[in-house]
Amino acid sequence: MYCEECKQKPAAVHLTQVFNGNIIQSHLCEECAAKKGGFIFDPGNKFSIPNLLSSIFGSGYNMDLTPVAETPSCPNCGINYKNIRETGKLGCSECYRIYEQELEPTLRRIHGNSQHIGKIPSRGGEKVLLRKQMEDLKAQLQEAVNMEEYEKAAGIRDSIKELETKLA
Amino acid sequence: MNVKDVIYNNFVTWMDGDAENGDIVISSRIRLARNLREIPFPHLLDQAKGEDCLKIIKGAWQESPAYQQGQMELETFDHLSSLDRQMLVEKHLISPGHAETNSSFRGVVLNQDGSLSTMINEEDHLRIQCLLPGLQLDECYTLAQGLDDELESQLEYAFDERRGYLTACPTNVGTGLRASVMLHLPAMQMTGQTNQILQNIGQLGMTVRGLYGEGTEVAGNFFQMSNQITMGQTEEEICTHLRAITVQLVEQERLLRERLQVDLKYQLEDKIGRAYGILSHARIINSNEALSLLSDVRLGIDMGILQGIKPNDLNELVVAIRPAHLQKRAEEEMDATGRDIKRAQVIQEKLQGIQ
Repeated sequence: MYCEECKQKPAAVHLTQVFNGNIIQSHLCEECAAKKGGFIFDPGNKFSIPNLLSSIFGSGYNMDLTPVAETPSCPNCGINYKNIRETGKLGCSECYRIYEQELEPTLRRIHGNSQHIGKIPSRGGEKVLLRKQMEDLKAQLQEAVNMEEYEKAAGIRDSIKELETKLA
Repeated sequence: MNVKDVIYNNFVTWMDGDAENGDIVISSRIRLARNLREIPFPHLLDQAKGEDCLKIIKGAWQESPAYQQGQMELETFDHLSSLDRQMLVEKHLISPGHAETNSSFRGVVLNQDGSLSTMINEEDHLRIQCLLPGLQLDECYTLAQGLDDELESQLEYAFDERRGYLTACPTNVGTGLRASVMLHLPAMQMTGQTNQILQNIGQLGMTVRGLYGEGTEVAGNFFQMSNQITMGQTEEEICTHLRAITVQLVEQERLLRERLQVDLKYQLEDKIGRAYGILSHARIINSNEALSLLSDVRLGIDMGILQGIKPNDLNELVVAIRPAHLQKRAEEEMDATGRDIKRAQVIQEKLQGIQ
């Protein structure tokens, strides 16, 4: 058997990939296999990014068995979870809320995590920022009490009360 | 300023070869994905909704200091020809996918030296990018974040306390941050170590791609390395992590270059000399061959084996020999053979000073 790529040298590397139950086999010579390396990106190949993504959404091998037809559509953009799984893309910001439960394992699979800890916008995130401040203050209060610095603790308690009125 | 000036100018900031570690790290990039609350993501926008979305973005944009001081310009794709858009791709200022349509609600915002850009209605409503020469991830982040803050003061971003910045694709959600570096690693490739090293990098949460990002092949020993995970880490952590791995790769590449110079001096000089010989005498040359030979010449310059041309000029040349830039220079549409002939001419002109 000759290499599928260069069609000149004998195929020495035989690669089998399984995606969504489809088996893709490649037979390459050592040189062409090295060129492709660990990252095979051939747009004509079924090993494409959207396919990869839709397999992330499903459980990988039993996608067709899980019922998805009954999921309601997002009231804001009209997309349902089946569409999301097919395209690998959500429809709008509200989809994240509507499909929160379904997305949880997907996010964990991609990021190993599902909680954002980075930047917070000062506008849409005012409340979030205040809540974070509140957590910090509560921790400081606890520390002051532990250290028996009661005057300092009283000051922090006042700041917390002030924040509480802002949050209400 | 005018967007077309940036497109037609040969030089954009990232091509400056004198930056920190600029001999191996060609450029650094930070990209922030942002969306507007409740407005469908770009892949669901029809013409009417798309126009509305653009109007909101334009309104916010016109309130920003960058616009008011005339430092940045917005252009929609119905005003840019396919060739112009392709030139933006070749300069790494927009993605290949974004260049495909001439849609009136998709576009780009650029500053004069091409260091800051924003793609409008690509995969997300906004993709704010900063691109600088050498290893400057922190500087890129500061600049991109500055523009993000300016836009955010006018726009209602799609943000969720738990999930962070919400994006069309769940691979970007959280920080929406993609940090990347473009590396030139010829010694690693010559010594056959690239595959093993790049596989190890994958285990450290980094992805390696080709010259033009997702779905493109590695050419001319140029590798683009970026973070894979966007959630559960802060922006600073992502940048620091990528920077640390980059520094290690730079050290490894330097070490291998030194070793090559000691152990295989004649073979190395022969390879570089032959590359220069072909480039300076070829009359027809295709893109891949040119890129791979230019990589050898670049190595020769960086190692002091060749003199008389600056890394800047070579960075410029790598872009100038791409199809759209060649056709713009020739001011005519050309088939592949025509481009191969023009490419050989452009390279010869540029390499004249080499000794």
